[in-house]
Amino acid sequence: MNHIKEKQMSNNNGYLDMELLRFTTAGSVDDGKSTLIGRLLNDSKSIFEDQLEAIKTASQKRGNEFVNLALLTDGLKAEREQGITIDVAYRYFATPKRKFIIADTPGHIQYTRNMVTGASTADAALILIDSRNGVLEQTHRHTIIASLLGIPHIVVCVNKMDMVDFSQEVFDKICTDFNKMKDFLKLKDVHFIPISALKGDNVVNSSENMPWYKGPTLMNLLETLPVSHQQIDCAARYPVQYVIRPISAEFPDYRGFAGRIASGSFHVGQEIMVQPSGLCSKIKHIHFGKQDMQEAHSPLSVSMELEDEIDISRGDMIVPKDQPAQVGNEVDMMMCWMNQKPLQVGGKYCLLHPHLETRCIVKEVNYLLDVNTFEKKDSAEVVLNSIASVKIKTMKPMVYDKYEDNRITGSLVLVDEATNETVAAGMIL
Amino acid sequence: MEKTTHLQVLEAEAVYVIREVAAQFQNPVLLFSGGKDSIVLTYLAYKAFYPAKIPFPLLHIDTGHNFPETIEYRDNLVKKLGATLIVGSVQEAIDKGMVTEEKGYNASRNLLQTAVLLDALEKNKFDAAMGGARRDEEKARAKERFFSHRDEFGQWDPKNQRPELWNIFNGKKHMGEHFRVFPISNWTEMDVWQYILQENIEMPSIYFSHRRKVFKRDGMYLAAAPFMKLKPDEKVEELTVRCRTIGDVSCTGMVLSEAHNLQDIIDEIAATRVTERGGRADDKRSESAMEDRKREGYF
Repeated sequence: MNHIKEKQMSNNNGYLDMELLRFTTAGSVDDGKSTLIGRLLNDSKSIFEDQLEAIKTASQKRGNEFVNLALLTDGLKAEREQGITIDVAYRYFATPKRKFIIADTPGHIQYTRNMVTGASTADAALILIDSRNGVLEQTHRHTIIASLLGIPHIVVCVNKMDMVDFSQEVFDKICTDFNKMKDFLKLKDVHFIPISALKGDNVVNSSENMPWYKGPTLMNLLETLPVSHQQIDCAARYPVQYVIRPISAEFPDYRGFAGRIASGSFHVGQEIMVQPSGLCSKIKHIHFGKQDMQEAHSPLSVSMELEDEIDISRGDMIVPKDQPAQVGNEVDMMMCWMNQKPLQVGGKYCLLHPHLETRCIVKEVNYLLDVNTFEKKDSAEVVLNSIASVKIKTMKPMVYDKYEDNRITGSLVLVDEATNETVAAGMIL
Repeated sequence: MEKTTHLQVLEAEAVYVIREVAAQFQNPVLLFSGGKDSIVLTYLAYKAFYPAKIPFPLLHIDTGHNFPETIEYRDNLVKKLGATLIVGSVQEAIDKGMVTEEKGYNASRNLLQTAVLLDALEKNKFDAAMGGARRDEEKARAKERFFSHRDEFGQWDPKNQRPELWNIFNGKKHMGEHFRVFPISNWTEMDVWQYILQENIEMPSIYFSHRRKVFKRDGMYLAAAPFMKLKPDEKVEELTVRCRTIGDVSCTGMVLSEAHNLQDIIDEIAATRVTERGGRADDKRSESAMEDRKREGYF
């Protein structure tokens, strides 16, 4: 892998052109998740000598016979002591083509909320299956969560192929079983790769043990999957985050609407509408810092000036005049409950939707979703890690899209008004 | 359409977080250490609100053991951006008896910064403090949120962090509590230098190689200074070195280097096999040194 360093050294401008891919890994320790991440980091030369030295020392202290790569990813003292991962950890590595951010999440059912958190910003999900066990209940759970959170690409890594003699038959059966789930979960893009994280087969280098597999290695795939989190092809949405008013001698009349473009693109001269007010104007000027732009697209942060002086503040949304978002104060949503204290039906919560803060009442629970079987159940209590469909009513109107159409304008969180804790993640239906 | 580069995505994300802080909090502050990460953070804040000035002050916790180059750079930058600077002084806190100086060869004022920082936050009633910490620096930081809640004692409870989903940040808090916010969480050391190169940001001279009087301790080169006590077997020598991170003099390791410009630095990092915090004496104290300090309120 030394060629990576060499390329960076000889051509740093190549590095400046890299794209960014965020992916999440769900799986338990037994699936070899830590080993796989360790291998990706190691084979892309992202583990440094002092880190390796530190975990070698720590492994010896603990009486481990081998260098325990899990110590690299398990960051908190409590986790290292108990040998489990209890939170989302973020890892970084780069190849000459791409920079990667891994959201590493634990896979047990009691950590559903961590999986949801990790999945919320991911472009791709790596789902690990132990080839000896095949598709299990936990595979269903990880896949259902990936599908609920709208992750565009699913990569099924059938791991520990070395333990089943690199058998094509075993691999094919797992693919067939998984594909039964694919249709009713409406998964768009699914890839299957037979790997051995421990031995390195098909992770970075093609496996000599599985000549029957003609597809890409995991690293090849990660380097070429389309980066779709940027939502460039969705209807344009610009949630106003902050109003810039310098009130200075040099810029006496400047009034800029700052924000990050959630989806699509905007250009100077475009006719726009401000929601929820419905007032219309044209884009006069787009800039970022001192740089003027004719056009800007998601996910860039910019500032816009409009032709007309209309009242706009944080929480409003700028959209193309002919492609408005929905406006309303009653929505149905899928929700993941994230707090020890169960959901109070009829209770009031603080609702955060891109830059809008308002109050809401949870009117009713439509049904509970069994994340292991995808069955709808009549509502019992919505408790920590439950996934449920609920109806809410908000005090101020929301400007929104369906989550399946837009992962930014379709998402929201609920906050407990007494403790200020984030208690739920919502995806608008 | 042109593809969006990783630096554009990281920049847009950091600016988004900085603006979110300005919108959600009454009295935010940016912690400026003089190191490259806080320099980039300040630059991003400038870009985020242009043509308005940065709508919050910069706070520098001065250990009194800073490199003179850091202080000179800081003062120039503040003037250039028209920003407001507040300085919290560790020396003053020692003189007043608020904190006690460590003794011995490895004495560092690094830990004392925490008390002075918490004091400055409280005195100025800051409710959000932005810092340039990155998740790739250290394992305890890998699990840090963008918006990190602190109780009224300024402490971090890593096991009770708020889940952070999509791009929605929950900065709600009770009286007396505050937030630490890390807009460049997702940047690596390489990203920071590449961004500095791309944007042509001026850097303090000590990041580039220069001749300096140094001595070797525990496999690291430290700068010789009047307040650095030498052990009997330690010898001061003049070498060509540079800083990879900048803390105060007592805990900043220097590396032997011939990197004279940004491109050289990037080439050097691409080839290097030790993390930048490998040069930080303060992290080497124990396996969970960083987590322990963070719990107490360190950055």
